[in-house]
Amino acid sequence: MIFFLSFILFLIGLYCVLIKKNLLKIVMGIVIMEYSVSLFLILLGYKKGGFPPIVTPGVEGTNFVDPLPQALVITAIVISIASLALIISLCMRIYQKYKTFDITKIRKLKG
Amino acid sequence: MNLLPLFIAIPLGTAFVIVLLGKMREIYSDILASIAALILAILPFILILSLDKGEVLVYSMGKWLPPQGINLVLDGLSRLMLIIINVVGFLAIVYSVSYMKKFTAKSKYYGLFMLMLTGMNGVVLTGDFFNLFVFAEIAAISSYALVAFGVEAEELEASFKYMVMGSIATILILFSIGLLYGLTGSLNMADVGRTIQGNGSTLLSFSMVLFLTGFGIKAAMIPFHAWLPDAHPSAPAPVSAMLSGVLIKALGVYALMRIFFNVFGFNLQLSWVFMILGLLSIFGGGLLALRQDDLKRLLAYSSISQMGFIILGLGCGNYWGILGALFHLLNHSSFKSLLFLNSGAVEYSVGTRKLDKMGGLSKVMPVTGATSTIASLSISGIPPFNGFWSKLFIIIGLVQANHFVLAVLAILASVLTLAYYLRMQRNTFFGKLKKELEKIKEAPLSMCFSMIVLAVVCVGLGIFFYPVMKVVLEPAVEVLQEGIKYSSLILGG
Repeated sequence: MIFFLSFILFLIGLYCVLIKKNLLKIVMGIVIMEYSVSLFLILLGYKKGGFPPIVTPGVEGTNFVDPLPQALVITAIVISIASLALIISLCMRIYQKYKTFDITKIRKLKG
Repeated sequence: MNLLPLFIAIPLGTAFVIVLLGKMREIYSDILASIAALILAILPFILILSLDKGEVLVYSMGKWLPPQGINLVLDGLSRLMLIIINVVGFLAIVYSVSYMKKFTAKSKYYGLFMLMLTGMNGVVLTGDFFNLFVFAEIAAISSYALVAFGVEAEELEASFKYMVMGSIATILILFSIGLLYGLTGSLNMADVGRTIQGNGSTLLSFSMVLFLTGFGIKAAMIPFHAWLPDAHPSAPAPVSAMLSGVLIKALGVYALMRIFFNVFGFNLQLSWVFMILGLLSIFGGGLLALRQDDLKRLLAYSSISQMGFIILGLGCGNYWGILGALFHLLNHSSFKSLLFLNSGAVEYSVGTRKLDKMGGLSKVMPVTGATSTIASLSISGIPPFNGFWSKLFIIIGLVQANHFVLAVLAILASVLTLAYYLRMQRNTFFGKLKKELEKIKEAPLSMCFSMIVLAVVCVGLGIFFYPVMKVVLEPAVEVLQEGIKYSSLILGG
């Protein structure tokens, strides 16, 4: 099952978020998870040997790929870019304040 | 004319105009933000007056009809949420006019605040899963930015923590939406609800688990609560009031209710899951709140505990339980916002949030002291304030569902609430005034205005609970009790 590929990717991202100590690696984990979901959505609409869903005169066939997941993925990617920009700028500000990317040393708040 | 798109269009438009206006003079952005928020706060009441009880209003965006296009749905539940969001939002904006003076870039603050309102209004109005995800992200991303608004070390750290948890939550939600789309071929909530009935697929349960985790993180229920006690105290006070009073309800509890009651259908297992999560949150949040020495952190833990009451009441699944849960949701948004605004006023005047450095403040800050006492009494469930009625309804619901042990535990938990609020009151507002605090002045007028209005709301909801119950709460309870009939109401037939 091809869907397991996206699930494995998701778990890699989750592992990265949970285990890594570096802020930027955590961010990368989140990005990998977002990509895995995008991949999952794209796979949902995929059909083997399918056509792009554009009606062209003269070409017959109803074996279109599902266009909706592609529209969803574009939206999801735009949102994830925006949140990536925000989280990276947070990381930079944190680095200015703490002079480190190590989350074990960034502990001014108590549990 | 259909008013529904205005709830999204007004704050979204204001958010962009206000940042441009702020470049000229700061006062313009104050005025524009207040006017926009005032209009938004009046609109839901116009809708209540113009619509019959229980009438459902559906707006199809761009005239694309529901199963294909995106639709906005206004039923009893969304009406309740719209009132909460926009009224608290308006009061928080009025409060910010004075409170945010110490920050630079006030117009950017208003812009982010308006975007947050857009997102929340969108979440409660939309009838489409993907749209729900998009609006939830708008609200969440602007709230991450608002938590970090002070750009001090602690605020950045809290915001990062919040953002990592929030991103994982949204990814889980999107994953689940993808699963549902794969199973049903539709994104419309009503259509999905109709298609999945009688389908016992394992993937469906998997998507339910993902939704529960995702929205559970947003609602800060106990196993997923770690971000809340950092994020809510770090934000500026009006934002904390919005986050604790409204955001966790709109993004978390509302979405859980809509999805589990109206799309999947409520059943016995879910009821137990809700009740156990609720109990964990009540006791975990309450016990952790007892040992806090920071005023805002105490309030944040208390939010977790009170959210537990709401989830517990929903878990009952019967009329009184759901009524109590929704009433507690309404009440919690009034008194918890008020308490956060109080804590902001204290911080504004005294300059500290540590409980042991304060005392006797009600002599020098009479308005803050009095309103905070009202809020504390309400949240602890002292009659005749509003918190008493909602907790009473939840307990009646539990007894009716034959969960006597849970009912006793809920009563014990409300005693626990009283304990930590008494401790907070004694350490801040009562007792002897310290020498160095004698020159403290009361907070400015706009801050007092918001606090007084919310205190009046607390008392009013307590005394006039019956009309409020009939007009606002019962249609919302009906929506949840009808459950999966939601789809036939929206799509017809």
